[in-house]
Amino acid sequence: MRYIEAFRDGELAKGLAGAIRRTADPARTYSFMEFCGGHTHAISRYGIQELLPPNLRMVHGPGCPVCVLPIGRVDMAISLALERGAMLCTYGDVLRVPASGGLSLLKAKARGGDVRMVYSVADALRLAEGHPEREVVFLAIGFETTTPPTAVAIRQAAGAGLGNFSVLCCHVLTPSAIACILDSPEVRAWGTVPLDGFVGPAHVSTVIGSRPYEFFAEEYRKPVVIAGFEPLDVMQAILMLVRQVNEGRAEVENEFTRAVTRDGNLKAQALVAEVFELRKEFEWRGLGIVPYSALRIREAFAPFDAERRFALDYRAVPDHPGCECGAILRGVKQPKDCKLFGGVCTPDNPIGSCMVSSEGACAAYYTYGRHREEAQDRAGG
Amino acid sequence: MVLGDPSPMPPPRSHGTRPLDLAQGRVDMAHGSGGRASAQLVEELFAKAFDNGPLRQGNDGAVLGLPPGAEGCRLVVATDAHVVSPIFFPGGDIGCLSVHGTLNDVAVMGARPLWMAAAFVLEEGFPLADLARIVASMARASREAGVPIVTGDTKVVERGKGDGVFITTTGVGVTLPGVELGGDRARPGDAVLVSGPIGDHGLAILGQREELAFESPIVSDTAALHGLVETMLGAAPGIHVLRDPTRGGVATSLNEIARQSGVGIVLEERAIPVRESVAAACEILGLDPLYAACEGRCLVVCPAGEAGILLEAMRSHPLGNAAARIGEVVEDAQAFVQMRTAFGGSRVVDWLTGDQLPRIC
Repeated sequence: MRYIEAFRDGELAKGLAGAIRRTADPARTYSFMEFCGGHTHAISRYGIQELLPPNLRMVHGPGCPVCVLPIGRVDMAISLALERGAMLCTYGDVLRVPASGGLSLLKAKARGGDVRMVYSVADALRLAEGHPEREVVFLAIGFETTTPPTAVAIRQAAGAGLGNFSVLCCHVLTPSAIACILDSPEVRAWGTVPLDGFVGPAHVSTVIGSRPYEFFAEEYRKPVVIAGFEPLDVMQAILMLVRQVNEGRAEVENEFTRAVTRDGNLKAQALVAEVFELRKEFEWRGLGIVPYSALRIREAFAPFDAERRFALDYRAVPDHPGCECGAILRGVKQPKDCKLFGGVCTPDNPIGSCMVSSEGACAAYYTYGRHREEAQDRAGG
Repeated sequence: MVLGDPSPMPPPRSHGTRPLDLAQGRVDMAHGSGGRASAQLVEELFAKAFDNGPLRQGNDGAVLGLPPGAEGCRLVVATDAHVVSPIFFPGGDIGCLSVHGTLNDVAVMGARPLWMAAAFVLEEGFPLADLARIVASMARASREAGVPIVTGDTKVVERGKGDGVFITTTGVGVTLPGVELGGDRARPGDAVLVSGPIGDHGLAILGQREELAFESPIVSDTAALHGLVETMLGAAPGIHVLRDPTRGGVATSLNEIARQSGVGIVLEERAIPVRESVAAACEILGLDPLYAACEGRCLVVCPAGEAGILLEAMRSHPLGNAAARIGEVVEDAQAFVQMRTAFGGSRVVDWLTGDQLPRIC
């Protein structure tokens, strides 16, 4: 814990905030996207925005795996639990994601579906071993951080000849999402979303390394600073981004050197490559269909692929018409721009996926009361 | 069916039947039927463990007289259902928890608990050895607290219709003289105190449930608080609010107080006592200790002028030796609970969303 506390030191934060203020050019604005939900959470929880100068704005990105999970994928999981009698295992946050027909996995559970919250795919594997008479399906979500453990579980299941375990694979890829945002008309053509750089992923980068971001720095001329999830990491990364912008540089820099290397975790990458292959396309909530942006299970491991095993077809389902999650995930809008925010849509009764996970921009914004503080400030003059 | 009095006939004697097999036996439907098996369970297990005057009389309920000196006092009644999973956890079990939970609800009303009632819902197939262990733990907790379990009830549900054992307890107490407590009595300028480190119970349960092996094991703080509460009210009779922050933790209790009193509360993150092991476990599991349940802590709101003497009194008691002053009550019509973070920012401490940790007590 002492190790963690060192990255939350209030005195150092003051020093960094001063350095950012002194370094930032008052004659211009700075707009940086933190891609990861973990960074969004840290910014809200520790009140980082209020330590930054007014001409520096943080734009929340789509890096919350729960938030980008489209309704159609949750519907597939619900049908497995309710209609196919499967024991459906997944991470806690996923249970509350709203799906079609007013359902969620949590509500499917109340209707008799066997839905289990697990902390890791290994727990789901254990459930399959302990219930040989049941079909156990793990709904696998997440970016490159959670992909290697899923690969390990599938290999273990194959090794043990476990015939009742399968994975509904919804793993997605960070670089494709960043490219999608940079190619979006709001950023590229219209310039309505100014983006001067990225705070790069923390845990994802421990796996994929810093090399994949070099393309964005070169091709799109956007600086990327990979940062850890602690508040001082985020502030240090912001300072490094401001310096790059001031000096006209667009490079990949690594603030998170205690965990991230240029090549990443080669062993994990090899495992992932053995078990998964690229999907031609995948629907993301908010970003729409993004080519080559997700993984599917290779033919060699077909028996462990829930989509093949249960002959599931993907059916796209539009979001709630009033929900702005899509625009929020692309950085086009902020949570408070959504008509549903804080009224119809709250963490207790989420309409959109950004209100579900504590990493979602709306939930982080709501939970740590930023909107209310702002309302108070306005009321107070 | 009532403990000790299942039928209008003379109580059946276990004479002639084999005693309960407390080593290998299991609860069956007959134990809830009201017949001989029920009577045997009551006599050989519950009545024996909880033994006291009113219970021994074996009536449908207990007839109780107020102790001398309490004649003019008002009565306080509190009830609490316990469904904790797992039923045995580091630092306690559902038995002692069901005693402490209800005693604490009575105590934080500013009352001295006098009697308890207990109702058991048992699932068919539940091991009698586990039941005996739970009942012994309840009996020990009740004796240590000086509050007898004077009446009760037992029901059995079919296998699959319950989860081992659920226990509902009710406590009755008398108000302490001159004490006026209520969640609506917090006033701007008041101090907010907590009697010890927060979140121990929640993380002990979660650690056990998820089979997490912590370097230093996290043990539930489950304890009866009425002794500490009497010490506190003796030292600072002007206390405005007492709460035991169980489900939803300190954050939820403080939001309740803020809403009831129509005030704001500002917490100082650095001042809030959290054990290093609990903080580390929360870090790993992505939880916030402010929302983790306590079962042996109390939150206090008192006039700032009494905070010093109260803190001293709390620290003189074994259950309050790590007490701390953690914040203050401020004027705020919107009733926000806010926290000055150690990082130098501030944030709202909101109500708990959803149910991160189901069946914690």
